[in-house]
Amino acid sequence: MSVVLSIAIPTASRVRRHWNPSPLLLTLPLVLYMLVFYALPVAAMLMRSVSDPNWTLENYRQLAHDTVFFHVFWTTLRTALVVTIGALLLGYPVALALARLPRGPAAVVLVLVLLPFWTSVLVRSYAWMVLLGRHGLVNEALTAAGLIDSPLKLLNTPIAVYIAMIHILLPYMILPIASVLRQIDPALPRAAAGLGSTPFSTFRQVVLPLSMPGVAAGVLLVFVLSLGFYITPMLVGGPHDMLLSMLISQQVELIDWPYASCLSATLLAATLVMLAVFQRLPGVRNVLRVAGR
Amino acid sequence: MIVRLSLGTVVALVLLFMALPILVIVVLSFSSATYLTFPPPAFGLRWYREYFASHEWLAATGLSLSVAACVVVLATVLGTLAALGLARLKPALRTAAAALILSPMIVPVIVVAIGIYYAYSRYGLVGSPVGLVLAQTCLAVPFVVTSVTASLAGFDRRLEQASLSLGATPWGTFRQVTLPLIRPGVLVGALFAFISSFDELIVALFLSGSGAVTLPRRMWDDLRFEIDPTIAAVSTLTVVLTASLLAAAHLLRQRGGRLRTH
Repeated sequence: MSVVLSIAIPTASRVRRHWNPSPLLLTLPLVLYMLVFYALPVAAMLMRSVSDPNWTLENYRQLAHDTVFFHVFWTTLRTALVVTIGALLLGYPVALALARLPRGPAAVVLVLVLLPFWTSVLVRSYAWMVLLGRHGLVNEALTAAGLIDSPLKLLNTPIAVYIAMIHILLPYMILPIASVLRQIDPALPRAAAGLGSTPFSTFRQVVLPLSMPGVAAGVLLVFVLSLGFYITPMLVGGPHDMLLSMLISQQVELIDWPYASCLSATLLAATLVMLAVFQRLPGVRNVLRVAGR
Repeated sequence: MIVRLSLGTVVALVLLFMALPILVIVVLSFSSATYLTFPPPAFGLRWYREYFASHEWLAATGLSLSVAACVVVLATVLGTLAALGLARLKPALRTAAAALILSPMIVPVIVVAIGIYYAYSRYGLVGSPVGLVLAQTCLAVPFVVTSVTASLAGFDRRLEQASLSLGATPWGTFRQVTLPLIRPGVLVGALFAFISSFDELIVALFLSGSGAVTLPRRMWDDLRFEIDPTIAAVSTLTVVLTASLLAAAHLLRQRGGRLRTH
């Protein structure tokens, strides 16, 4: 016994000396990397909004009287709102199907949801350019069906932006809602039905309220991602429906850094405010953590 | 019954809406027509031949592949080490470090892109593949860190202690005990890092200049002027590449899950 101990103790202390996991040392390289190549550059750019030409809040004061900015900001908010509502209306039934269907069919639905999720935003925006063009599939189909006489102007309109963005962001709505719906105890809707509730009122009074954390998480993800969308509105949107991200890149091209920096800070602030508000809702944090995996 | 039927119809329509655009692109890529007419008058490999005969398209593909390969190495090494460290850090430090490392998932990419452009342009990193690698690694790192962290959730640290007390060196313990257990998480993270860089466009729009044109950048430039069916062929090829990598990631993740339940 004593022999074992005398061997074990020095080994343990040797271990502690050599295999000091020093978590700080493991994390430090990445933290330094992110500071140098990402955080400091972004911070330096954002500082231009208050340090140019000298330390002042003048740039933000000008923003408050800037009609172009207000128009663009409103368009951005309206787009994010329409896309979020659209994704919720289309996504909820799919999430319900994902949670309720038996294993096999549910796997098929999941693949159909994930396939577009795994395709780059650029490719999906291009697909909508093809579909919504003057001689695109949608116009051809409507003409063939006799619903319209001449092609509709769909591409380069807000409608095209809404459709394409809803298409691209739908999985972000479906996945968190489905993950919450799947956790609902099946005994609860069964009990409601047993007590004489109709399928619709069971859904409205039992399933829907229990799924609210998933809905809130999905709404948060879609809304926040919509606020900063760039590629899709650039490709399928019109020249008059400029979004905040497009105005920012335009100002960078015009080398107006103080203005671009001001707009970037506003976009970032809007994103963080949304995040802060929604994270306070009950259950949202857990859903996001699960969905993050 | 009526409720159920109509729900099924709605779901089928939404799924059609989700899948149709990609299917249309795939079908168009095999069209023989010069124009994007649908359905195509005849099928052929014309646009694929066009792609493989174009020096510009192939150069852009080559650059995207090599940039993504460098991003994978950097992001996987830095991200895996950091995930191992984060799991053992004190809570306050962990929260701060994780906030910095995972923030590229929240900060709008356009803000990241112009911030990076603002700083990198002063050091001659615009128009160079080095700048692209450095920037896209920042966007890829969160995928590695979240994936490795998830695989560490079921990790029993006593296995490492046992290995060390049995006389293994720290490096031997890492290689023979820790790494095999978290390998699925590391590989999944690496695959996601590859795809995030290979598909990345917004940072590339600002950093590519004329000297480092990646594949998404090349597609973008084409789309701004004309919609040539060559892009349909390129899109189909990239969709096949990313879909097969993600299917691999999915299988790895399932295997990782099984390993942990043993």
